[in-house]
Amino acid sequence: MLTYAIRRLLGAIPTLLIIITVAFFMMRVAPGGPFSLERPLPEQIMRNLNAIYNLDKPLITQYLLYLQNLVQGQMGPSFFYPGRTVEEIILSGLPASIQNGAVAIILALVVGTSVGSIAALKQNSRTDYGIMAGAMVGITIPNFVVAPVLSLIFGVYLGWLPTGRWDDGALVNRILPVIALALPQIAIVARLTRGSMVEVLRSNHIRTARAKGLPERIVLVRHAMKAAALPVVSYLGPATAAVLTGSVVIETIFGIPGVGRYFVQGALNRDYTLVMGTVVLFATFIVIFNLLVDLIYGLLDPKVRYD
Amino acid sequence: MTEVPEAAAVGPPPAAAAERPTVLAVDGLNTRFDTPEGEVCAVNDVSFRVREGETVGIVGESGSGKSQVFMSVMGLLAANGRATGSVKFRDQEILGMPPQKLNRIRGAHMSMIFQDPMTSLNPYLTVSRQMTEVLVQHKGMGESDAEKRSVEMLDLVRIPEAKRRIRMYPHEFSGGMRQRVMIAIALLCQPDMLIADEPTTALDVTVQAQILELMHDLKTELNTAIVLITHDLGVIAGLSDRVLVMYAGNIVERGAVREIFYGPQHPYTEGLLKSMPRLTGTEQTELPSIPGQPPNLQHLPSGCNFRPRCAYAFDRCRVEEPAQRDIGPGRAKACHLDAL
Repeated sequence: MLTYAIRRLLGAIPTLLIIITVAFFMMRVAPGGPFSLERPLPEQIMRNLNAIYNLDKPLITQYLLYLQNLVQGQMGPSFFYPGRTVEEIILSGLPASIQNGAVAIILALVVGTSVGSIAALKQNSRTDYGIMAGAMVGITIPNFVVAPVLSLIFGVYLGWLPTGRWDDGALVNRILPVIALALPQIAIVARLTRGSMVEVLRSNHIRTARAKGLPERIVLVRHAMKAAALPVVSYLGPATAAVLTGSVVIETIFGIPGVGRYFVQGALNRDYTLVMGTVVLFATFIVIFNLLVDLIYGLLDPKVRYD
Repeated sequence: MTEVPEAAAVGPPPAAAAERPTVLAVDGLNTRFDTPEGEVCAVNDVSFRVREGETVGIVGESGSGKSQVFMSVMGLLAANGRATGSVKFRDQEILGMPPQKLNRIRGAHMSMIFQDPMTSLNPYLTVSRQMTEVLVQHKGMGESDAEKRSVEMLDLVRIPEAKRRIRMYPHEFSGGMRQRVMIAIALLCQPDMLIADEPTTALDVTVQAQILELMHDLKTELNTAIVLITHDLGVIAGLSDRVLVMYAGNIVERGAVREIFYGPQHPYTEGLLKSMPRLTGTEQTELPSIPGQPPNLQHLPSGCNFRPRCAYAFDRCRVEEPAQRDIGPGRAKACHLDAL
């Protein structure tokens, strides 16, 4: 399995290279640049700026220079935040995003699978309809509505929790943003779990397990869970990559110094290096979590073998 | 309908079958399913006994309700299914028993194997786990004792290298091997009754023969009562002592296996027997078949359910549903004809 993992990681390098290349050139196709402001800068200053950031060199040279630096672990200076490199910016925001995201994903996994299983067991009952209606609401209401409403109810009206404060990540300040992050994930995981669980509970081997006189608890946990978990695992791979790299809406509304907001800010500011940095970060997370999904599949399903 | 005592069957009788204690007594069993199109009656007033050590064959086409009788017995009906009547296992009423109580009986004192061995085992668990859990549950054995016993059982159903193979997953076994594993699991706790629902249908012919031979040997070795559900009369002939013929949820004929085969008394049974392929001495090239389709259970014909397909049907069959009546010791049929 280790050799498989290493082979997969090596195989991811060309994928990353293609993503970086496409992102790099697409960003440059759009007219304008980091220094094209409403009031144009004097020509001499423009020339000097372009020279500092290598923007005066041919595009292909810039691309090769970027790759060369990236291999050495340097993502270059930010265009918009003077004096800060992109790796500094990302590393300063990443811990907060990862911490909140990890808790949200764990919540989604625990609550989502439990609630989904209950719905599957009580299929077509009131409990089932209630849970599924709740899940549908959780999926359809966008987070830019959920987050302010949570703030309003628990922060303003009830006054139980602070709104929009961070204070280096004090626990009370994390509760609302984590819930806002987790809600849609819980809803999706619950629906997926219910769907696959209903399917599995109908299968012949579950009938066999019941015919053996096993208690319902063992039928569920030992015989149904593994099979029912597979679609959830496939969903959670890319979802975890997305949640761990932060959410621009939630980080803005709750004032979290995370990395999510840079995805949008970088693009709006034409901060070429920062955009590239976020692209590399997200692509790497996706590659890693997809690999993890495949490895977990191998653990769950004996028919999947890596050699 | 009354249960007829078993006696004086043709040929060597199953030794004093009537005196043997009853394992399973089914009386007036009705099984209905709620469907979006209305209620479907899959099993209609079915009564029979299974006695210690005997083999009862249940034969009928797909949809005749033969499987649903035993799904009702085992408490395995789909969520929209409902069984009424009486099912007594060793004199204990088990119909409508809560699952926790039923779980002390099924898997231990009565067990069931299913048609499709490819999907009836859990693909995510080792064979060992799927066997030992039964012994742990019902006999309170420890893992290592349970595994030892499981290996013995795999030896008994003639799985070579059982010690090594028990660690494998079902997908590493062939279809016939998986059915052997299913049989081994079903027999782990030495049940009084084994229900085999089309145990050989999904297997190819040579493997079928092996499985039937195995069941025949186990029957004599372990003295387990066997209920053999199948549409294949050849399978019934080789193993059963008694036969129940089912059509559209009713038992239409019952009797000792020889009587059913050599003197069928119901037109449906006769049709089934005629449509068996034979290897000897006929110039016929086309296999006779029963015309028509099994009836839609929601729109049953008036009178006798078999009437639209019956070559002997007369006026009375159209208006009156034939009741089951005794036509000899251990013999009964549901047909207006007096003789075929």
